[in-house]
Amino acid sequence: MSLEKHSNETQADRSQDAALVEVDDLTVAFGSLRAVDGLSFRLAKGAALGLVGESGSGKSTVASALLGLHRGTGAEVGGTIRVAGTDVQAASEAELRGLRGAKAAMVFQDPLSSLDPYYAVGDQIAEVYRVHTKASRRAARARAVDVLDRVGIPDAVRRSRSRPHEFSGGMRQRALIAMALACEPELLIADEPTTALDVTVQAQILDLLHTLREETGMGLLLVTHDVGVAAESVDDVLVMRHGRAVEHGPVAAVLGAPGQAYTRELLAAVPRVEARRVPADASGSADVVLEASGLRREFGRGKRAFAAVDDVSLTVRRGETLGIVGESGSGKTTLGRMLVGLLEPTAGEVRYEGRLRSGVGPAVQMVFQDPVSSLNPRRSVGESIADPLRARGERDEGRVRERVGELLGRVGLDPAHFDRYPHEFSGGQRQRVGIARALAAEPHVIVCDEPVSALDVTTQAQVVALLGELQRELGLALVFVAHDLAVVRQVSDRVAVMRRGRIVESGPADEVYDNPQNPYTRQLLAAVPALDPEIAAWRRAVRRELTPA
Amino acid sequence: MNLSGFGGFVARRVVGAIVTLFAISVIIYVVFYVAPGNVAQITCGPRCSPAQVHQVAEQLRLDDPLYLRYWHFLEGIFVGQDYSTGTSVQHCSAPCLGLSYQTDQQVTELILAKLPVTGSLALGAMVLWLLIGVGTGVLSAWRRGRPTERVLTGLTLAGTATPVFVIGLILMIVVCGQLELLPFPQYVPFADDPEQWAWNLLLPWLSLALIESAKYARLTRASMLETLAEDHVRTFRAYGVGERSIIGRHALRGAVAPLIALNATDFGSMFGGAVLTETLFGLPGLGHELVEAVKVVDLPVVVGMVLVTGFFVVIANAVADVLYAVADRRVVLV
Repeated sequence: MSLEKHSNETQADRSQDAALVEVDDLTVAFGSLRAVDGLSFRLAKGAALGLVGESGSGKSTVASALLGLHRGTGAEVGGTIRVAGTDVQAASEAELRGLRGAKAAMVFQDPLSSLDPYYAVGDQIAEVYRVHTKASRRAARARAVDVLDRVGIPDAVRRSRSRPHEFSGGMRQRALIAMALACEPELLIADEPTTALDVTVQAQILDLLHTLREETGMGLLLVTHDVGVAAESVDDVLVMRHGRAVEHGPVAAVLGAPGQAYTRELLAAVPRVEARRVPADASGSADVVLEASGLRREFGRGKRAFAAVDDVSLTVRRGETLGIVGESGSGKTTLGRMLVGLLEPTAGEVRYEGRLRSGVGPAVQMVFQDPVSSLNPRRSVGESIADPLRARGERDEGRVRERVGELLGRVGLDPAHFDRYPHEFSGGQRQRVGIARALAAEPHVIVCDEPVSALDVTTQAQVVALLGELQRELGLALVFVAHDLAVVRQVSDRVAVMRRGRIVESGPADEVYDNPQNPYTRQLLAAVPALDPEIAAWRRAVRRELTPA
Repeated sequence: MNLSGFGGFVARRVVGAIVTLFAISVIIYVVFYVAPGNVAQITCGPRCSPAQVHQVAEQLRLDDPLYLRYWHFLEGIFVGQDYSTGTSVQHCSAPCLGLSYQTDQQVTELILAKLPVTGSLALGAMVLWLLIGVGTGVLSAWRRGRPTERVLTGLTLAGTATPVFVIGLILMIVVCGQLELLPFPQYVPFADDPEQWAWNLLLPWLSLALIESAKYARLTRASMLETLAEDHVRTFRAYGVGERSIIGRHALRGAVAPLIALNATDFGSMFGGAVLTETLFGLPGLGHELVEAVKVVDLPVVVGMVLVTGFFVVIANAVADVLYAVADRRVVLV
């Protein structure tokens, strides 16, 4: 099969000097909110541009505007947008439909919800192909199989008949990319294409995009919050903040020597997997506070039974941080919950200071991943933080308020915010509330389950710093459960790598990261996107070696 | 999908339906036969002497313990029963639901005679309510936010709020009385004259369908709007798929499973629930017969009718579960 462009004459005429994408003074307003405010950029044919920014910077809004997707939604779009020769603002509905999918195709963030759950993947791709060509049903279906095969779906003929829920996350994203390739577009717009994926799968998808670009010569507009993902995949990068361009230039220049304060701040906040942790004062204590041995937890019954955690033993020492890192489904959350006592182990035991534990107690507390759903939206944050105090028998309202005020102050919030509700806080502030609630019980150990994965990098850095501070002041032991290898290295004294319910490698953080012994650990580390394009290229080569062809 | 898993799922549903039917039969039997009132006296009539009442009680085996009577009842259903009606002995072959206290007629035959009427009513009404309801729902989802949708939403609200006898009466007065377009409905068996069967049932169908379709319009519209807000619809828009395909192929598909679930229960309950329509249009169906039987405390008929209704509801639900699983393959089969 061939994916080369069959350029016809008109296309060739048009594209001699015109850029693939020209955006001039673009503004997009939703009511009084200006999501994009006077943005201009060009993308040459076959080039790759990364739009990088934190949540709310307007980067995804720009991506949608390129295909005219704001039409009919009530958003006000100003400025001019030209994509592959089409004036998006002035185009008729029919012209827009001709642009979408045929000349410029979009790959979305969440590959599960982005495909229709009721139809076979191959049929969905064929449908898109038939919209833009006069192909017969049969030819369209064959084309679907072709592109699925092209993006590396094994046994594409058979798998094209599967529905999206029968695919893994990475395969769904491949299927979406296949849909994008179906009509051989000149431009691929990828909106956070790897955010929902595990780091090793992310690396595969980024490598796939890289190869496809080399082979087809299509342009790429990559929207991402992850500077590392951009560094891996694009030539130019445009840093956005509050709907405006902060800095725009070649990747190496912008990321290597940023000219703007915000870009420097953003880069400084990005945790790096290469960087050693600044030695923590508290490490080196020999007292074991929490000890787990032979932990096993099964879910399901009979034939469906499987062990989410299988024979895990670990120790946590006073004042240290134990990082537990693993991909989705590795059992790290289940393990964390057993350590706190939220889940009873099927086998094995957890000891706190030598005594057998069962159930939740004040000494070991937890901070949860999602600060939105782990706080009751109908209760003020003060009431939520006061719960552990009341549970311990504090009845004096004055003292409760005083203590909650102290805790709020301790995590960097205004003590007067007692009576506010969770929705009045930002994500980072809510996570601070979650930490204050865990502190209220005066614990000696806090298990943090993905405490920063829902946060932007700058907020993430602040919350990580807060946890470090609290640890030093209060002599807390932390168990830091996360999928992000760089964040875990930043905070941990010792690290355990989990895979399929077992710990495959553990030891002092620097040893594990600098000299990984287990092949899986090596694979994980090679998959981490690098900020330096040269390191990125080197890791890509390592990945090619590690993956059997 | 795993075929053996699916077969097992169907088998489990069938077993579940049988257990449910059995439970229903016990409850209905106990509730009706333990109800206060001297059944023998009522059956015999007010002018019976105590001796005659006693004789009736013996014939009806009213002095046997309840579990024994229930056992005989089950026996009748599975193997048949002999009944002595004073002088002669009547054989009632399986499935036997007993004899009417009033007429000594076999309940099974009585129900079988009325079933085609109610079945015709339910089937035709269902086709119409699906057409009207789903059509209205699709139209309002397509024209969302425009005057068309507002008018349709108002109409469906009115439909939900109007009792069937009001619509039926109005239709009958206008269509049959004023315009004389149709005859006043009178049941003609399908086998006798299919054309007359349809013409006569048209008004009852319409009245039922207009009321019922409101629910379907709302459900269709709600599911479609929900689907239209989902990410995968955005995907197809971003790939240049036209609004017609998005509505007709992607949005409507999401409404199929809930529609099946609702329709199956509605269709099942039509067999016991169309009392008002049958009475209004004078159709001699199950609902009509049930009302008559309740009036004279003809317990075997009442019990038989309620059981048959329960049977249809349970079967319809089991069928709905299976169809639902076929319509939405993501359903975990348990």
